[in-house]
Amino acid sequence: MELIKMKNVHKVYKNGVTAIHNLDLSIKKGEFVFIIGATGCGKSTLIKMLYREERPTSGQILVGGLDVAKIRNRKIYKIRRKLGVVFQDFKLLPKLTVYENVAFALEIFGLPKSEIYNKVVKVLELVGLKNKAKQYPTQLSGGEQQRVAIARAIVNGPKILICDEPTGNLDEKTSMEIMTVLEAINKLGTTIIMVTHDTEIVDKMKKRVIELDSGRILKEYEEGEYVHESN
Amino acid sequence: MKVIRILFRSIRDSFKSIIRNFSLSLASISCITITLVVVAISMTLSVNVNNLMKKVEDDVTIVAFLEVDVTPERITEIGEEIRELPNILPGDEGIMLDDKESIRQEMMKSSTTYEDIMKKWDNREDNPLKDAYHVKVVDIDTMDETVAAISKIEGVHSVKNNDEMVDSLVGVFDAITKGTYIVVIALIIVTAFLIVNTIKITIFSRKREIDIMRLVGASNTNIKIPFLFEGLFLGVFGSIIPIIIITYGYSTLYHHFDGKLFGNIFTLTKPEPFIYSVAGLLLLIGVLVGMFGSWRAVRKHLKI
Repeated sequence: MELIKMKNVHKVYKNGVTAIHNLDLSIKKGEFVFIIGATGCGKSTLIKMLYREERPTSGQILVGGLDVAKIRNRKIYKIRRKLGVVFQDFKLLPKLTVYENVAFALEIFGLPKSEIYNKVVKVLELVGLKNKAKQYPTQLSGGEQQRVAIARAIVNGPKILICDEPTGNLDEKTSMEIMTVLEAINKLGTTIIMVTHDTEIVDKMKKRVIELDSGRILKEYEEGEYVHESN
Repeated sequence: MKVIRILFRSIRDSFKSIIRNFSLSLASISCITITLVVVAISMTLSVNVNNLMKKVEDDVTIVAFLEVDVTPERITEIGEEIRELPNILPGDEGIMLDDKESIRQEMMKSSTTYEDIMKKWDNREDNPLKDAYHVKVVDIDTMDETVAAISKIEGVHSVKNNDEMVDSLVGVFDAITKGTYIVVIALIIVTAFLIVNTIKITIFSRKREIDIMRLVGASNTNIKIPFLFEGLFLGVFGSIIPIIIITYGYSTLYHHFDGKLFGNIFTLTKPEPFIYSVAGLLLLIGVLVGMFGSWRAVRKHLKI
């Protein structure tokens, strides 16, 4: 079943730069997809359009049945509730503890405290940070902070997790720890789309890979097909 | 339940925000306080001045002197003609006859000289005094027209009134009331803009938080409500001191002067229920100004 379907998507920025050229793409439920390519190839624009940070100039983007391109600005939250987003810079609130940072995503929906507690504890356990719930982001390592961000992104139980260079600020060992967490989440049924520069990670993970170049799909690799050039 | 929890969360967040931007919140609260104190003083002044104006206006009387030789039948007819004119206060209060016999009696009582002279006028025909109608009007602004109309009635010798003094008094009171209204409106506008600024800075300082809220799927309403509550609470906090001043201050003032100023000329409005209505109004103005300010800021600076 297709969870994401992009049809003839074109994106031109106001300054005239064309970021995406008539792109067609479909991602099935439960897939783990890497999007790779050189800087400026349109990777970030592509995923920004998925969570409607950017609107395509033309074409259709269906996310979980919702047409992202047509949705009105004040209804964007309907899409955002279907997916979680993780960034390179974690985007945590420094004045809140790990628990509060994750709970924050549930509190705004008015969930009861007991339900929030159960969900947050469960998700912190999944990312291996249950014992750090009371600490503040500044007391954590980069990898741990990214795991908090992942926990916050998935605590609502989204169908899709979008990761924009989640390992960009981390060393190799920590990056692999993050990948282990993401794989565990994927095994639980969440579709993961990850943008990365790190082709070594892509190589190790043996997942579906989409390579972009100048806003077009240069090549698609099925699971296990991608081989890092230096190998 | 869900809505209630979201509301409680918004209230909690708005309090946190007020404390986080304490100096700016304090500036907004102080501005609301000053405005509302001025509003309270203006309202107290205005209500009391209005009271005084009403009292003065109530005392305004037109006196229509009739011809000396007018017959008693004609006196009654003149009374009816006056009563039929527009702007005459209805009922017995509106028109009252002071016949020359009773005027003579009154004058005789007031001095022995008058008594010596007037005791011989015991016949209506011998009495040179004039019968008079005391007339009260509904609207003193159009009193001149009423005076003119009465003058034209056959059998009316002359008409007198004390409208010039009243006119100047009413003019002064009017100017005071209008002046205070202008000051109050200007202060309310300044306060509203200060609140717009406070909320604007709050929005900027919480930008990261707002971005994350959007990212995890908070609706526009979810994001906006805490800011509206913040404005509301700034308004509530700002109205506390003015309410205390009006409730305790005015009651104390009233009791200190025993409800009267300048002898018996100026009767103060009773504190109850007056102070409660003013207090309620102050709270309402505070809340509205606060919410209006935050609504403006949210509309302008929270691009969602």
